[in-house]
Amino acid sequence: MTAASLVADLVAAFKAQGRIVIVGASLAGLRAAEALRDKGFTGSLTLIGKEVHEPYDRPPLSKQVLKGWVPADHTKLPRMRAVDADWRLGVAATGLDRANREVLLANGDKVPYDRLLIATGTRARPWFNAEEAKLEGLFTLRTSDDAAALQAALHADPGRVLIVGSGFIGSEMASVCCELGLPVTVAERGDAPLVGALGGVIGEIAAQMQRAAGVDLRTGVAVEALEGDAEGHVRRACLSDGTTLDVDVVVPSLGSIRNIEWLEGAQLATGFWGLACDAGCRAFDINGVVTDTIFVAGDVARAPHVLYEYEFLSLEHWDNAVSGAQVAANNMVSLETDRCPHLPLPSFWSAQFGVNIKGVGVCSFGDEIVFTQGSVEDRRFAAAYGHRGRIVGAVTFDHGKWLEYYGALIEQSAPFPPPPPGFDQPADTEPIPARFPDPRVPTALPDVVLTGHDPTSRGAEFRP
Amino acid sequence: MRIVVDLNRCQGYAQCVPLAPDVLKMHGEEALAYDPNPDDSQRQRVLRAVASCPVQAILVEVDPPADRAVK
Repeated sequence: MTAASLVADLVAAFKAQGRIVIVGASLAGLRAAEALRDKGFTGSLTLIGKEVHEPYDRPPLSKQVLKGWVPADHTKLPRMRAVDADWRLGVAATGLDRANREVLLANGDKVPYDRLLIATGTRARPWFNAEEAKLEGLFTLRTSDDAAALQAALHADPGRVLIVGSGFIGSEMASVCCELGLPVTVAERGDAPLVGALGGVIGEIAAQMQRAAGVDLRTGVAVEALEGDAEGHVRRACLSDGTTLDVDVVVPSLGSIRNIEWLEGAQLATGFWGLACDAGCRAFDINGVVTDTIFVAGDVARAPHVLYEYEFLSLEHWDNAVSGAQVAANNMVSLETDRCPHLPLPSFWSAQFGVNIKGVGVCSFGDEIVFTQGSVEDRRFAAAYGHRGRIVGAVTFDHGKWLEYYGALIEQSAPFPPPPPGFDQPADTEPIPARFPDPRVPTALPDVVLTGHDPTSRGAEFRP
Repeated sequence: MRIVVDLNRCQGYAQCVPLAPDVLKMHGEEALAYDPNPDDSQRQRVLRAVASCPVQAILVEVDPPADRAVK
């Protein structure tokens, strides 16, 4: 018997009788479980989820759920096949014992594994003042329970709603408030909405959209304090420019925190931006050595990307959770020659103020932007981002059919400005500075971030 | 029943909307909004809408797997 056939026998035996534990029972966890069964894994499969709910979809929460059209518990994900798993829902993982290969649970149970998939995702960044965070009328939005509570508050005829932070989720919530006819203020520390993800040129357009819809948009200001009434309900917000606002609902929308605390002491490459892994979803340990048994997928993963100078890319995108789960599942049950890489072209969408904003690539990697199609005035256009003469990202407003064209150029590192597709060109096709904020200036964190070459990202921090 | 629309893939052709107007709606000119867990009475309409999508962006759970309810 050769060593190669011995390894092949081991992998075959693992596929038949091994134990796989998935921590995180949301989109990535569910799709990974399905993919493992698709790949012929017949051993035991355990899914551990902190929330009591079965896997549900999150993007509708900030849109049709808040609007009141769809109840918060009606976004359960379709199942693509039976997974025959042991579901441990409503119990958080609290520790990882790598020496004994056990996941420790909040109720004291220990769940043994042969291979582990970490898909614990992120949570909403809480309000920075813990006392003020207890006020009634203050909400964050990440889970379906969050959405149910906020939806109820928005439909209870509140006075002014204050949204702190104007990334994609904050802007979508402001849009819903406008549709519901609620007075809404958006306070943003940066110069414009969406500025961290799309830069100041697009941010200016987003600001015009918000103001045209009736949002009281205030940029360059921070919310420094919240005050409650005698019943402990939030009633007033104090802004850094000295003004105060009477408010009944406050929603901090300040980005997310990676759920990595339960891995404390496990000697894995965890940090501010999540758990680092290689392009095959295998987790790195704290020294940058790849592990054999621990895999990562979804929002909590960060992996080096060939298109972006091998910087670790952190992606809080829906399709990244799906494709990362599928690649991780494949690589968990495959021999070396059958492993595949996870090198997603980042793509996102956001519906707000009646406009469909879509993007591909990493726009914030660019320093220049050029409008390539359509009309900014009509809010129907495509724009491309460039870095050192190469196209690195693209964004469309109600022009999504063209995104594939730009995506293909980005995958080829094609020249910037890109060749126009020969249709509907704007008058001005000169590249201009994209005006991304200095990364040291605090603003809402974008949901796609290049996080450097350090696997542990220990130097990173959030500065409110 | 349960559906999820891959809104990266969706290009806003809106072919699905008239086929199941209580489940799939346009939000503006290009963005699709939908009810992810529509009532079973919508089943035939939703299946027609799924089939009509030029880019096959609507994922539907045709039959719930037997283990779906298992906790």
